[in-house]
Amino acid sequence: MTWLHLYARFLCAATLLLIAAGGMVTSTGSGLSVPDWPNSYGYFMFSFPLSSMVGGIFYEHGHRLIASSVGVLTIGMTVWLWRVDPRRWMRRLGVAALAAVILQGLLGGITVLYFLPTAVSVSHAGLAEIFFCLTVCLALFTSSGWRRSGTTGRHTPVTLHSTDLTAMALATGLPALVFAQILVGATMRHTGAGLAIPDFPLVFGGVVPNEWTFPIAVHYTHRLGAGMTALVIFATVRQIAIHHRDRPDLLRPAGLLTVLVLVQIGLGGWTVLSGRAPVINTAHVATGALVLGTSLLLALHVNRHRFPDAHPSMAYPPPPVAIPAKRGAAV
Amino acid sequence: MQQQNLWTVLSMLVLATAVACGGGGDAPAATTAPAAPAFDPSTAGNVSGMVMFDGELPAGEELMMNSDPVCAMTATDTMSSTFVGSDGHLGNVFVYVKEGLEGQSFPAATGSVELDQEGCRYTPHVMGIRVGQTLTITNSDMTLHNIHASPSANDEFNMGQPIQGMTFDRSFDQPEIMVPFKCDVHGWMNSYIGVLDHPYFAITGTDGMFDISTLPPGDYVLEAWHESLGTQTQNVTVATGQTAEVSFTFAQ
Repeated sequence: MTWLHLYARFLCAATLLLIAAGGMVTSTGSGLSVPDWPNSYGYFMFSFPLSSMVGGIFYEHGHRLIASSVGVLTIGMTVWLWRVDPRRWMRRLGVAALAAVILQGLLGGITVLYFLPTAVSVSHAGLAEIFFCLTVCLALFTSSGWRRSGTTGRHTPVTLHSTDLTAMALATGLPALVFAQILVGATMRHTGAGLAIPDFPLVFGGVVPNEWTFPIAVHYTHRLGAGMTALVIFATVRQIAIHHRDRPDLLRPAGLLTVLVLVQIGLGGWTVLSGRAPVINTAHVATGALVLGTSLLLALHVNRHRFPDAHPSMAYPPPPVAIPAKRGAAV
Repeated sequence: MQQQNLWTVLSMLVLATAVACGGGGDAPAATTAPAAPAFDPSTAGNVSGMVMFDGELPAGEELMMNSDPVCAMTATDTMSSTFVGSDGHLGNVFVYVKEGLEGQSFPAATGSVELDQEGCRYTPHVMGIRVGQTLTITNSDMTLHNIHASPSANDEFNMGQPIQGMTFDRSFDQPEIMVPFKCDVHGWMNSYIGVLDHPYFAITGTDGMFDISTLPPGDYVLEAWHESLGTQTQNVTVATGQTAEVSFTFAQ
């Protein structure tokens, strides 16, 4: 199982690299530098000459090569899970990941063949994040720590604490909020609205735009969403830091989230101020994926007791305890 | 049988008479023959003029071609084509008759227009073409290019030319000012093509001069288009045998 976990972590890292490579494709405007699909300038993908990987082709064809490799890795993951993992829901998760990566490849091809329509490109970006989340799940669920925590009932479900409904709600809702924020960002990116508001942290020298166009509205929504997401992350982290100091499985992702969200806001501002420099812009995309993945880790740990392989002692609400009837009492 | 032959002969006679005397009023014109000009060319006039830039022309931007070693080695001109000209004259401006020719038809364009990719540049940078006229796109470079046209009124296309010497032909169905072309492999490569349903357009050279000849007499609106400076329009009256002078002045 250790090797499977290492493989899953490698798949997860490869997917993050793939997202970054996709970010470079968009940031450099190279999305249509290879006009055909699934071939590249008529070549079978893996036989395209390396010497021709110049200009935008380096990013677009490179993205395709990494994507194909991730696809092959995902097939391997699915087969491996199917053969060795006794958990049926886990095997199904592997199949879901495989389906997602196939659909993602098709979306990538469609967006090239139809000249990057916004809806398809945003869907491609959104599904990339969903697939990344699936790989995060695969890596987590194959880890010995996760399996141990489930079989021994080592952790008390957070909902048993007096204030845990707040932590539970915040941590569980956080990935959805981050994902929505990423979708707004992807819409901004694929409608060319990244510099619709050219200053940062102010907005046209103020707080609210004086005029409204679609690009300005999308861009402003992304900034407001960033503020809201950061507030929810800080509230979640505070809740966990105060009430769950004995839970390293929650404290670690919470601490990482704090760092990541600050870095992410900084990168967002830097992206604007640098005029969308490709490397900065791509770092913003990759860090966004990390924020999503980390918030998902936190949500999964908080909800550990809900999984089918959780120890009965982790069940919430606790199973009713049968109180033996007093001898002689009326029934 | 004889009666049937008689009807056949009579029908052919009627048809031949109609063709000989008809003048082709409602009959569709042959697609291969050029359409007759809508006016007498001997009554034509001309427009000539100059496009100026007010102030000092912005310094040309040097294009970084390092992302493709072939381009870096073979390119002879690495300066941007956005602002070209000298002594206050502005080149690469597309000047055309915007209004005044409505309802008129003109002979179909003959021959093709060529857009070349040479030295990792589009040549020419700005050009005009007629609706339906063949645009021949050539890759003269030892590296590969994609040709990505993103019109709004016509069909978008994106074609690869991985081999030196490759050509392909395209045409446009609708008038459009302007159709942008770009190479997504080499981000600095761009070009603009004006598509018109008449032949009255010109592109200024580095001396800012343009000539539009053989215009039917009448009142027109002329528009000058520049990729960075936008558009300007002017009214002009063309008289038989006369050359109307028009000048445009752009500023930043």
